[in-house]
Amino acid sequence: MSAPTTVRPTAGAPAAGRTASSRANRDGLAMVLPTVVIVVAVVVVPVLWNVVLAFQDLTLLEVRDAGLFERLSLENFAEVLTGAGFWQALGNTVVYSAASTAGSILVGLLAALALRRPFPGRGVVRSLMLLPYVAPVVAVAFTWETMLNPQYGIVNAWGTGFLGWDQPVDFLGQEPYAMATVIAFEVWRYFPFAFMFITARLVAVPAELEEAATVDGASLLQRFRHVVGPQLLGVVALLSVLRLIMTFNKFDDVYLLTGGGAGTEVAAVRVYDTLTGRFDVGGAAAQALVLSAVLAVGLLVYVRFFVKKGGEQS
Amino acid sequence: MSTRTAPARGTTGRTARGTTGGAGRRMRATGQERTFGVLRWVLVVVLVLVTAFPFYYMLLLSFVPVEQLLLSPSRLWYALQTLTVDTYRTVLAPAEDGGQGFGVFLRNSALVAAATVVITVLVAIPGAYAVARLPFTGRDHVGTLFLAVYLFPTVVLAVPLFIAFARLGLQSSLVGLMLVYVVQTVPVSIHMLRGYFETIPASIEEAAAIDGAGRFATLRRVVLPLAMPSLMSTGLYVFMIAWNEFLFALLFLSAQPDRWTVSLGLAQLSNGIEVPKTVLMAGSVILTVPIVLLYGLAERALTEGLTSGADKG
Repeated sequence: MSAPTTVRPTAGAPAAGRTASSRANRDGLAMVLPTVVIVVAVVVVPVLWNVVLAFQDLTLLEVRDAGLFERLSLENFAEVLTGAGFWQALGNTVVYSAASTAGSILVGLLAALALRRPFPGRGVVRSLMLLPYVAPVVAVAFTWETMLNPQYGIVNAWGTGFLGWDQPVDFLGQEPYAMATVIAFEVWRYFPFAFMFITARLVAVPAELEEAATVDGASLLQRFRHVVGPQLLGVVALLSVLRLIMTFNKFDDVYLLTGGGAGTEVAAVRVYDTLTGRFDVGGAAAQALVLSAVLAVGLLVYVRFFVKKGGEQS
Repeated sequence: MSTRTAPARGTTGRTARGTTGGAGRRMRATGQERTFGVLRWVLVVVLVLVTAFPFYYMLLLSFVPVEQLLLSPSRLWYALQTLTVDTYRTVLAPAEDGGQGFGVFLRNSALVAAATVVITVLVAIPGAYAVARLPFTGRDHVGTLFLAVYLFPTVVLAVPLFIAFARLGLQSSLVGLMLVYVVQTVPVSIHMLRGYFETIPASIEEAAAIDGAGRFATLRRVVLPLAMPSLMSTGLYVFMIAWNEFLFALLFLSAQPDRWTVSLGLAQLSNGIEVPKTVLMAGSVILTVPIVLLYGLAERALTEGLTSGADKG
């Protein structure tokens, strides 16, 4: 199923009269073709198919035999939109993704500022700081789970032993701790991402500006507010969009930590449960469709009102 | 670096402490700088602890006999002679010998990740070059297409792909899994490579063109050698994503234990009733070490590749 190789010599001499720009056009299309084909085949077509499935009331076993446009109905949407579970999950998702995004960007920003000036060992600290982002999610999720375990986890052992907690806290099995914990986990895993981007941007802030402000007697906070901060608006806006999209659709982290229990059922986990637990293909598809619509509308609003403002200033 | 201010003790002049200005203002400014100077160190120490501790804990517990852990869960260190490598033996031994068969999972993960890297890079190179250099019809819409890859919850793709792969005979196969990974990584690879291609002066290519090299020959002989660092970092990132991926492995491969990847094998291991947490940590270390090693080799290239373009604001 490998993509056709595109690194081949151009065919013969160009026909007379063919301009350079039309040749560039043809070459460009040829070179981008493998990408487009594979994205359309593995993403666009399935997404469209998913739209059809959302209007069919089928189970996993029936799907294989049913025709493409068989038994169309609005039943799935009626079920999704009137049931309490979906709205609850949507609310959880909004809280989870907004808090994780804001938290990871804030911590990333603080880290980038703290590591801005060189000091001995900064390189090592920097590399260390990216570890949570590159490490496999399954491994770090189980490590957190073990650390937070009420019986033998080190956090509860220290909490009850040294911090005077009355009893161990079930961080992953009890509301509202569970939601706070999965958000903390997400911040921990993705602040390095923000750190990386903000650091790259900080390097490009012209030193003269800050020196001039320093000469004029601006304090550190003033310099951040008026000189460095505004330069970072663009990258923070970009990070917010990227992280919001990613976290909104996030499945692994919550599934591995809590399985969606104790008030942490986010939408992606709910879709998965609908699909694999109840084999309700139509229901899963309808929920996913509503989710994507919510995300698309949210992004549109965001881009309209925030990114443009940020872009004007930077 | 300016010479207008006198930099304090070997720091870069950028945020030098004592500067000109009103005496009161200077006092306030230096007081503030001192406070933040201390806060900064506190923050660095906290961040290092928070980042590194889970990894230390993972490594530590993977060598501890489970009875020791249950006896004294609050310890940060165990006597050297109590440590054991039996956990690793259990994880790595083949299933026939009563182990968890992680050797096979490691091979599966390595195969899928390596194949994903090769195919993704082969697809992304011409794509990124076209987006960077060639004005073709629809170039402005490529980004929209990529947005589609990330806008929809990946679990949405699962049902249609599951059915389609079943019809193609690719269900529960590593090939199908790899195909999904390629799609998930091609857009970001194109982004990374494009940023690099744009930094290569067009005049070099024009010179090659004048010498009679066609577009594809130029790409292969002139652009690619120059873009080698970027290719490495892109490949590394793709490998990381493919190696770490969990959801599709879970959806596609659950029924076929001999095809599990390390991530999936580890998740299934955690469902086992009689598996001690220390064995689980040994499995986690095995899953993490290859990625950390690779990352250690190419950290700088990776961060530069990923954030390319971000420094423009």
